Amino acid sequence: MSRKPYLREETMRWVFRHPRYLRYMAREFSCLFIGGYGLLMVWGLKRLSEGPAAWRSFLEVLQSPASIAFHVLALGFALYHSVTWFKLTPKALPVQVGGEFLPDGIISGAHYAVWAALSLAVLILAGAF
Amino acid sequence: MSERRVELEVLRYHPETDAAPRFQRYSVDCREEWVVLDALNHVKETLDPTLSYRWSCHMAVCGSCGMMINGEPRLACKSFLRDYQGVIRVEPLAHFPIERDLVTVIDDFMAKLKRVKPYLIPAQARALEQGEYRQTPAELKRYKQFTLCMNCMLCYAACPEYGLIPKFIGPAAISLAHRYNQDSRDGGRAARQEEIAAAEGVWECSFTGACSEVCPEHVDPAAALQQVKIKSTVDWYLAHLMPWLKK
Ligand code: SF4
Ligand code: FES
Repeated sequence: MSRKPYLREETMRWVFRHPRYLRYMAREFSCLFIGGYGLLMVWGLKRLSEGPAAWRSFLEVLQSPASIAFHVLALGFALYHSVTWFKLTPKALPVQVGGEFLPDGIISGAHYAVWAALSLAVLILAGAF
Repeated sequence: MSERRVELEVLRYHPETDAAPRFQRYSVDCREEWVVLDALNHVKETLDPTLSYRWSCHMAVCGSCGMMINGEPRLACKSFLRDYQGVIRVEPLAHFPIERDLVTVIDDFMAKLKRVKPYLIPAQARALEQGEYRQTPAELKRYKQFTLCMNCMLCYAACPEYGLIPKFIGPAAISLAHRYNQDSRDGGRAARQEEIAAAEGVWECSFTGACSEVCPEHVDPAAALQQVKIKSTVDWYLAHLMPWLKK
């Protein structure tokens, strides 16, 4: 009997095979916005180091419609990124106490709590209160 | 008993005569409570004895009837016709070479399974007269879920990483390695790490999570892989930042 296995070529079509792959790609795509936002912060620091005039012009650029649109998008993607990752944390970090595993909500809830505490610390350091 | 005419579109490939696979349509009268596997059996018995596919248990236990049903990796014996409208498209499991019709070549998976040493490597050798290895229910629970795998390979067909990078050891094999690593009787982790903590091991995984969504046994391979990543990362830090801890 002759064997002649046929391998079907993998194309990028898998992305559309099921909505889960689109959701995954959206999560991966979010890194562009988060990375972009990081670069923006670095650029801001550089302008700050260049004196008050440079800093003021940086703030003006931030107020442009394009910058506001970018911020809204970046915020959306950052939230999507964080929420989807936090939802996955119980898989990566199961905690067994005695015979039972802690419920998923406790593991992801703890992540939200740490997130909130760190955000609060940053706000306090920034003199928001 | 109500009957329904079902249109099946089945990918056919005969290596002796075909240069490439092609779809063939079958129109079959099926009972309402049938699964896709029943429809295929009916085709084979009444219309086309040349149709090839794997199956054995017809009860979601053996793991041999995995195929793509309307583009989703599924067990044909667990996919009820009543859940599908219109033409049902049946293809061999994605990412595996096609041997014939719906039969795939699974050598790659079998070789990977062997590489991860999916068997108990006792931490301490025990003589027969010392009796059995003992384990508490809590210790059993630690890995129980990962024992449920039946090697159906649906997770490989769902995993885009495996499709793009075939050398990736993949969800089921790594989960099984993790199952033994988590076993209190086992001492083989170091031997398995060479395979699963390598680049083509767990680090090829980008946590799409599709494996866990399609797994018919709720093994949750994605969870196993992330746990292996975390443990391997901890290993790395301990070895590089605190080498004195190493025995
Ligand atoms: S992990 Fe699940 S989907 Fe993958 S081979 Fe095992 S039973 Fe099948
Ligand atoms: S025939 Fe055994 S799992 Fe479907």
